[in-house]
Amino acid sequence: MEHSFPLTAFTPDMFMRNFAEAEPPLTHKGAMDESNRCLYCYDAPCIKACPTSINIPSFIKRIATDNLKGSAQTIMDSNPVGASCARVCPTDELCEGACVLNDASAPIQIGLLQRYATDWAMNSGVQLFKAGTPNGKKVAVIGGGPAGLSAARELAREGFAVVIYEAKALAGGLDTHGIVSFRLPQSVSLWEVEQVEKLGVEIRTGVKVGVDVSVDELKSNYDAIVLAAGMGYVPPIGIEGEKLAGVYDAIVLVESTKTGIPLLELMGQRVAVIGAGNTAIDAATCSVRLGASNVKMVYRRTREEMTAYEFEYEFAKQEGVEFNWLTLPKRIVGDEFGNVTGLECVQMKLIEELGKDGRPVPMPIEGSEFLIPVDAVVIAIGQKRRLDLIDSLGLVHDRGVVKVDEATCQTSDPQIYAAGDIIFGSGKGEAMVVSAAQQGKDAAHAIVKQFSGQQDAVIRSAG
Amino acid sequence: MADLSINLAGIKSPNPFWLASAPPTNTGYQVQRAFEAGWGGAVWKTLGDPIINTSSRFAAVNFNGQRVAGFNNIELITDRPLEVNLKEIYETKKRFPNHAIIASLMVEPTQHKWHEIVKRVEDVGVDGLELNFGCPHGMAERGMGAASGQQPDLVQAQTTWVKEVATTPVIVKLTPNITDITVVARHAVKGGADAISMINTINSLAGVDIHSWNTIPNVGGQGAHGGYCGPAVKPIALSMVAECARDRGVGIPISGIGGISTWQDVVEFMLMGATGIQVCTAVMHHGFRIVEEMIDGLNNYLDDKGLASVTELIGKSVSRYSNWGDLDLNYKVVARINEENCINCNKCHIACEDASHQCIDMLTNADGKAILQVREEDCVGCNLCSIVCPADGAIDMVPVDTGAAPLTWNERQKVISSLNGSYSEVEVV
Repeated sequence: MEHSFPLTAFTPDMFMRNFAEAEPPLTHKGAMDESNRCLYCYDAPCIKACPTSINIPSFIKRIATDNLKGSAQTIMDSNPVGASCARVCPTDELCEGACVLNDASAPIQIGLLQRYATDWAMNSGVQLFKAGTPNGKKVAVIGGGPAGLSAARELAREGFAVVIYEAKALAGGLDTHGIVSFRLPQSVSLWEVEQVEKLGVEIRTGVKVGVDVSVDELKSNYDAIVLAAGMGYVPPIGIEGEKLAGVYDAIVLVESTKTGIPLLELMGQRVAVIGAGNTAIDAATCSVRLGASNVKMVYRRTREEMTAYEFEYEFAKQEGVEFNWLTLPKRIVGDEFGNVTGLECVQMKLIEELGKDGRPVPMPIEGSEFLIPVDAVVIAIGQKRRLDLIDSLGLVHDRGVVKVDEATCQTSDPQIYAAGDIIFGSGKGEAMVVSAAQQGKDAAHAIVKQFSGQQDAVIRSAG
Repeated sequence: MADLSINLAGIKSPNPFWLASAPPTNTGYQVQRAFEAGWGGAVWKTLGDPIINTSSRFAAVNFNGQRVAGFNNIELITDRPLEVNLKEIYETKKRFPNHAIIASLMVEPTQHKWHEIVKRVEDVGVDGLELNFGCPHGMAERGMGAASGQQPDLVQAQTTWVKEVATTPVIVKLTPNITDITVVARHAVKGGADAISMINTINSLAGVDIHSWNTIPNVGGQGAHGGYCGPAVKPIALSMVAECARDRGVGIPISGIGGISTWQDVVEFMLMGATGIQVCTAVMHHGFRIVEEMIDGLNNYLDDKGLASVTELIGKSVSRYSNWGDLDLNYKVVARINEENCINCNKCHIACEDASHQCIDMLTNADGKAILQVREEDCVGCNLCSIVCPADGAIDMVPVDTGAAPLTWNERQKVISSLNGSYSEVEVV
C-alpha cells in the first residue's frame, strides 16, 4: 500500500481507508469455483487439523450447493467464534496446511470460504441456534472473550442460565479490542457476541470481578464458574527510560485504533516495536497505517524463535516493517523535555543451551552496543497475568498460568473451570483464538456432564 | 422445520431420499449404513438368478477438471444367492422398521418365474417391489432388462403377472433407451403398476483410450456397451419424468432417477412430478454421507419458501411443461450486457458471431474502454451469450414488448389452413 500521507493532517477518511479490512472477500464466482474444487474427502485431514473440529468438507459442500445458512450453522456449531477465526487463524499451519491438495495442486482456501459463509450469516441477520430448555442451573463466566463466549454459548444451548461478567465496556475480548481492524473488523466480533446474547446469555459489561462484584458472591450464587479472563496489559520491560513520553503499551496502541482515539501522534514518526509475537506485528502494522515514517521490530532472538504466525510476518514485511533480529534493547534515550529520541540496543548471539521453554538462549555480544534513533517505542513483550483474580479465587497456578485438567479444563477448585489465555503458558498449548474457543467448549461440556448426573438422580428418585 | 415424509403409492418413507438399485444397495451392511446416514429408503440391487460380473466394470466421463460428470457401468444384477439377499433384507427391515425397503426384481419373462420370486421376496417383509425392465447390457441379450422394457406389451404382460400375486405396491422401472417413454409407461399402468420409476441407464460407451486403442472400460482388451448415469444424464431423466407426469394416460406416482446429486436436483424432479427420488452415482462418488447435505439444503429451502411439507412441491411445474407448438412465438427477450460486471473475455461476441445471429459488437466507448454491446434490433433472444458468459450478472435476458398478441405455431397453422381452403391438414406439433 502507498504511504504518501501529507504530514499536515490525518483525516477520518484516511483512517477508514487504512484500517478497513485488508484482505478482500471471495466474490460469488470465486466462492463457487473454490468450493467446487474441494474434493469432499472422507475422514478429512483438515477436520483433524482444526482445534474446534469444524466439519470443513460439509460446510464447503454447502457453499457449493447454495445452502449458506447450513454452511454457517456447520461452522458456528463447532466454533462459536468461527467468523473471527476465518480471518485470524494461521490456516497454513492448521486446516489449509493439512489439505490433501497441497502437493497435488494447491490447498483449498478454507479460511476465505469460512469467511464467505459467516459474512453471509452476518448480513442476513439470521439467528443460527436456539437456547435449550432451562434446567435450573446457573453458571457465571468471568470474561467475555472467545473462551468465555464459547463456554457461555454451549451452556445456553444445554439449558443453563449464564451470566458473563466482562470488565470492559464491550464484550469479545481481544477479538473486539486487540486484533487490528484491518485483519478483524470489530463488527465481526460484536456479531458473535450478539449471537450468544440471542441465546439468552446475560452479558454484564463494565463489571470487574474482584472489584465490582466479589468472588464470594459468584461462588455462592452460581452452580459453576468458568474463568476466562485472559491476560492483562503489557508488563514493564524493566529498562531505563520506559517512563518517557513516547513509550507505548502495544495492547493499548491497538486498542486505541478499535475503540477510542487512535494515537495520531505517531504520524510521521520513527517507531521501534520491541517483541516479535502477533501483538508486536499488530502494533507495527498499526503504526504504519497511522502514518509512521519508519517502523522497526526489535527482537532479541531470531526469526526461527519468533512466535508470530508466518502469514503475519509476510504481511508485516509487505507493509514495509523492518526486522532487527538478535537485538536486545538496553535503554530508551530521551531529550531534556522527556521525549523519546532513541533506543540503545546490543547485538545478541544464540548459545547452545536451551531455556525452560525449549528455545535457545540469546546472550549479548560484548561491546556491540548501538543507538537506533526513534521518536516512539512500543513495548510488545507479552502480557501481565491476572494474579490478583486467580489468587482471590484460590486456584493453583504456575506464575499466573492456571492449572487445569487437560480434558475437562477443571481447576483445583471443582466448582471452577478455566479456559483461554489464562491457562496458556509454561510451554503448554497455543494462544490462538481457536484454541480458546475449543477450551471454552470443553469446559462447558464438562459442566454439562457434571450436572447431568445430578439431574438423572433427581428424576429417578421422583419417579 | 418442514415435514420431509412421503408416501409413494402406499410405500411410506421418512424422506424422499432413496438409494437406487445399484452397487451401493448390494448388501445388508451397505443398506444399513445408508439408513444410519439418513437415507429414507433403498431399492435393493436387482434380485434374480445370480450372474457373474466382469473386472473392470466402471468408467467415468470427467469434464474439464471436474470428476465424474457422467458414469458408465457394465455391471449386472446381483451376483449373490437369493437366500443370502433375502436373509439380509429380513434383518435390515427388522433393524429399520420405519425405512422403506423395495426389492428390485428381474427374471425371465414367464408367469411362473415372476409368481415364484414375488412370493419369496414378499415373505421377508419388503415394503414394495420394483420391476427391472431397464438394464441395457448383459441381461437384454437374454430377453430381460431393456429387451423387455423396449416392448410395451411385454412390460404390460409381466406387470400383470406380478400384480396377480403381489401384496405390496409394484413400481415399474422404465428404460430411457426408447423412442417414447410415455408409451411404455401407459402399458405399465394397463398392467396394473402402482407407480413407475425412471430412468434406468442410457446405452453408452464411455470412451476410447487413444494410446492403447482399447475401449473404456475394457475387459482383457475387449469392451461392451454399458449404462450411462450421473449428473450428465439429469436433463434426459427430467424430461422423461415430466412427459410421464403430464401424460393423461399415466396418472400414477413417479420415482425420479437420473443424476441427482444435490438438494436442488431433488426439488427440480419433484416440481416436475416425482413423488420421491433415487440416487446412485453421487453415492458411488462420495459415500452415503452426501445425504446429510441434501437433507439440510432441502430443509432450509422449504423453510425459506414457507412450505410445511416437501409433498407441496410435487408436480407444481408440470403445467408449465407444454408442447413446442403451443409456445408463444410473439414472446420476445433480448440480451443486455451490464458493463460494470463484464470482464471482457469476449466469449459472447464470438459465440454470437459464429453460432448465432452476429449481433454482439466489440467496441471502444468514449473513454477509450473496450466494451461489448448487443444490437437489440438484430437480437433474436436465443440466449447463447448468457450461457457462455462466465461473469455473474454481466448478461441479462430482458423481456421486450413487441406489441403483438400471443400466437402459437399451432394457432398460426390453424389460421393459415382456414384461410387457404386447399390446405386440409394442419401441421400440429
